[in-house]
Amino acid sequence: MKSLADLKISEKGIIKSFSDEALSIKLIEMGCLPGSEIQINFTAPFNGPIAIKVAGYHLSLRKEEAQSISLEE
Amino acid sequence: MSDQPKLKIALVGNPNSGKTTLFNLLTGLKQKTGNFPGVTVDKKSGFVKLPDNRTAELIDLPGTYSIYPKTLDEKIVQEILLDRQNPQHPDIAIVVADATNLKRNLLLFTQIRDLGIPSVLVLNMIDIVQQRNVKIDLRGLSIDLGIKVLATNSHSGHGIAALKKIISQPLLQSNKPFYDVTHLAAETINDIKEKFDLTEDYRAYQYAQQTERIGFIDEEEKGVIRQIKETNNFYDIPTQSQETIGRYQLISDIVDHNIIDPSDESKTTISEKIDKVITHNVFGYVLFFAILFLIFQSIFAWATGPMEFTENLVSQFGRWVQDVLPEGILNDLITDGVIAGLAGVVVFIPQIAILFAFISLLEESGYMSRAVFLMDRVMRKFGLNGKSVVPLISGMACAIPAIMATRNIESWKDRLITIFVTPFMSCSARLPVYTILIGLVVPEKLVFGLINIQGLVLMGLYLLGFLAAIVSAIGMKYILNTKERSYFVMELPDYKLPQWKNVLLTIYNKSKTFALEAGKVIIAISIILWVLASYGPGESFRNSESIVRAELPQNATQAEYET
Repeated sequence: MKSLADLKISEKGIIKSFSDEALSIKLIEMGCLPGSEIQINFTAPFNGPIAIKVAGYHLSLRKEEAQSISLEE
Repeated sequence: MSDQPKLKIALVGNPNSGKTTLFNLLTGLKQKTGNFPGVTVDKKSGFVKLPDNRTAELIDLPGTYSIYPKTLDEKIVQEILLDRQNPQHPDIAIVVADATNLKRNLLLFTQIRDLGIPSVLVLNMIDIVQQRNVKIDLRGLSIDLGIKVLATNSHSGHGIAALKKIISQPLLQSNKPFYDVTHLAAETINDIKEKFDLTEDYRAYQYAQQTERIGFIDEEEKGVIRQIKETNNFYDIPTQSQETIGRYQLISDIVDHNIIDPSDESKTTISEKIDKVITHNVFGYVLFFAILFLIFQSIFAWATGPMEFTENLVSQFGRWVQDVLPEGILNDLITDGVIAGLAGVVVFIPQIAILFAFISLLEESGYMSRAVFLMDRVMRKFGLNGKSVVPLISGMACAIPAIMATRNIESWKDRLITIFVTPFMSCSARLPVYTILIGLVVPEKLVFGLINIQGLVLMGLYLLGFLAAIVSAIGMKYILNTKERSYFVMELPDYKLPQWKNVLLTIYNKSKTFALEAGKVIIAISIILWVLASYGPGESFRNSESIVRAELPQNATQAEYET
């Protein structure tokens, strides 16, 4: 299944679901709602955190955390 | 009027919503900093004069995204707002929302509203919204949210007078909740309401959601709640996501209905352009170390002048006192005890001020979260967290506020390791020692015409401290074992021009806290030292050398004497 971590820089996707329940609560609170558009803005080197644009603002999260966000195919 | 209990107002809002600026505007210099009772979380409070001549106490609560806490800071907000018996529980909540990101900011607002706390919504940074040609219908928003809404511009202070007027009048409170939680867990809510005599559904629902996290409910009562939840099949996590999504749906409809936003989402904003440079994979790190280097250079170069100046001033004052007062014990106590101790305190103020000026500038501008972003990968290798960067940098000013700054780190293990290693960072009190040593052994020369070698060596010493911190962090990483996961979901706020007033107030408050808190201890020790020097072991101690010489046989060799 395609996840946020598979997106390239500037590529967009639509959030479908979350595979990590505890983390999903935090993500939903921060505005990462299922159905909303999400885009990778830039990444830190050596598999560091990634910066995304969602709900009109910028958020950073780690690569493993990004893998828990599944996107619509 | 004066025998009435003072009106308590709490300022709540998301991080980066301009809450602190609003707090500064409302209270001016009438602020006091301290701790929330029982925890080392900075508590800032101040007094506001209302138009009807009453004075209200304003508490600046830590920034939080929701009533469900993830960090120790956010837990304070939860405890104060959920517990009606809490001495800090506000009569009124001023909810500050960043008008440029209304949907996310309104989530917390709807939760506070449903707790039945009389509140007013302040849309901050309305100037930026207007620049983007976004139109917000305040009246429509106010009707749809069932609350008074007003806009403020924290740069110009526009809207502050109106806000004071609103809070001096009784606020109407809608009985109908914004989001009805009863359809999520009707029986659980009813049972808890009955047991704890609560009026609001949402408060009862929170008791169920946060049973284990609430500090003001005792173990026996928690047992009752657990029982209620079990009988009614209440599962917290799925219910919570359902609640949050439900709230967002309502918020989204209301915001879309009352805002006309002509801006093109796909257009790159100024912040995004700045990020291209600042978080660049190579240049980003060069910049980070350049900033650190600038901080060291400035402590070394800029602080020495003011330090010498204050030192001279205090010693001159000491001499003046010595001349004016009649000779005797009192004179000695004041000049050698109290004033000497005072000199030891004030001399550090310039360095503390400069360091906090930098830290506050980095935080205000939005750079700090980028530094956290860039350093996370490296820090994790050492068992730390990107968020450890802030305490480690503040540790160079003083380890105490630095350790307090670790409460933003969600993970218990990362936080503990950060707390343990922060004291390795060279704090400003070690600077005088470094300065003297460097002054003795390193020549004062410039390389490339502008870099001071002494500054370079100083940076080396700091790096050594940093290295010690890193090495011990790796050790701790293997000693401490938890299954707990660490999260790194963090907002990257838009870049902002720092507000000088906020920076100056931070410098003032931090220097004052240092002078008063550290000053108490330093002056007390200075007086004890004075007493020991004046009335201590005395003669036999001072003349120890000649006594030893006299006791040794006349023909003893030099070597014997040395031992």
